[in-house]
Amino acid sequence: MFDDFFIRALVAGIGIAFVAGPLGCFVVWRRLSYFGDTLAHSALLGVTIAYSLEFNIAVSIFLISSVIALILIQLQRKTNLPSDALLGLLAHSSLAVGLVVIGFLTFIRFDIMGLLFGDILAVNKKDLLTIWIGAALILLVLRFIWKPLFASTVNYELAQAEGLNPDRAKAVFTILLAAIIAISIKLVGVLLITGMLIIPTAMARNLSDNPQKMVIFSVIGGLLSVFIGLFSSLEFNTPSGPSIIAAALVLFIISLLKIKQTIQLKN
Amino acid sequence: MGNNILVKLNNVGFRQNQKWLVQGVSLQVEKAKIVTLIGPNGSGKSTTAKIALGLLKNIEGEVEKFTNKIGYVPQEISIDWTLPLRVRDFMLLTDKLKEDTMEEALSLTGVVDLKDKSLGNLSGGEFQRVLLARAISKKPELLVLDEPVKGVDFTGEIALYELINEISEKLNCGILLISHDLHTVMSATDYVVCLNGHVCCSGSPKEVAKNNEYKALFGEQAAQTLSIYEHKHDHVHTSDGDIKKN
Repeated sequence: MFDDFFIRALVAGIGIAFVAGPLGCFVVWRRLSYFGDTLAHSALLGVTIAYSLEFNIAVSIFLISSVIALILIQLQRKTNLPSDALLGLLAHSSLAVGLVVIGFLTFIRFDIMGLLFGDILAVNKKDLLTIWIGAALILLVLRFIWKPLFASTVNYELAQAEGLNPDRAKAVFTILLAAIIAISIKLVGVLLITGMLIIPTAMARNLSDNPQKMVIFSVIGGLLSVFIGLFSSLEFNTPSGPSIIAAALVLFIISLLKIKQTIQLKN
Repeated sequence: MGNNILVKLNNVGFRQNQKWLVQGVSLQVEKAKIVTLIGPNGSGKSTTAKIALGLLKNIEGEVEKFTNKIGYVPQEISIDWTLPLRVRDFMLLTDKLKEDTMEEALSLTGVVDLKDKSLGNLSGGEFQRVLLARAISKKPELLVLDEPVKGVDFTGEIALYELINEISEKLNCGILLISHDLHTVMSATDYVVCLNGHVCCSGSPKEVAKNNEYKALFGEQAAQTLSIYEHKHDHVHTSDGDIKKN
């Protein structure tokens, strides 16, 4: 009924949506949207390095994003600049360096649009394996650090005083963010990955009164966005990333109606 | 005696931006004992509590901790409402609890009806009661309470202090309490440490009340609080207005 490439994109998207839901919740709760953006921008550099050294793309992105996260932590300790300025500095300079390096690599043909916005045709069978194994690992690790991470998200000192280890959980979470960016870049693209993390979660926030519900709704929102986005990408021949994110936006707008209702009920 | 000690501070201090927040504090909390820190604003009470909990890095002196079962009620807690959280979710934050254990703790502090409410809709006093319930629900060996009744109405305040006393006996649990309320402190504490950047004086409530530094810090009237509060009531008022005989 559908072409193989479309089925592959769909299967990839489902895998990503399962991870983006819970991780996205923590990104929103911990106010890390711009941090996610910075990691995603640096992914372009990862791609160019992978091409020039003929290295696995996902692994390369994962490593570069992790390095950028480490650099950020160091800069936060050693400079007096506010975090958002440092994030901007790292996001744009790594994006710029990535694009400059692409300019030098004249012997390789790049689909820059595909890198930035995702390409429904780009997902091959090997990528599917990377995405699903990566997703399973991310969820497994997240389950492990869930309690300290969640408790310290609510209140850092409470978590630490009562014997949990929030710093370690935070470090591991950063690595998980780098990992989801690495596995989702082909489908969603560098510029829109954070949208995949945040928008379904924002929708879920409007519908939930407790954290478990919010995680479940954001996974559902992500899955719906992937389905609607990919079908319209196929139908209208639009790039896959923007189509998925636009679908998520529509879901978010619909969820606003529910808020309006609750507010009216309260009054 | 030695094995009853839960946490022991030896000459501890903490400096931030070249300024000592507190220094030279030694104290110990033992099982079933209540140690209260009193002192004016900025005297280092919360800092001392945080040192005891191991929340501050690069401290002077040393802290010996003999338990990991700790319940903490922090003074300031800001919860971000991007996170939807009900009272029951908050109760389960650092430990798994059975439903009836959770309900028991919430009824002790008088807020069991709020169980399914969103934390963001609670009043200051209600939230404080939930914080206390959470800390005691895990049956800790050491409780650190930083102004646990802040914002609670007057009758509630007395009831909660009585509850804190009860818990210390029932759970055989040591309590490090920070309080502004001299009345309650002086009537229900085993050991008082009066702080003002350093330890001004310490000892049993009676000893401290007679101490000249204490009088200088809190005024002559404060010394009399003890006598005022040494008499006992034969009944208490529960939060719903009923009268309960002792």
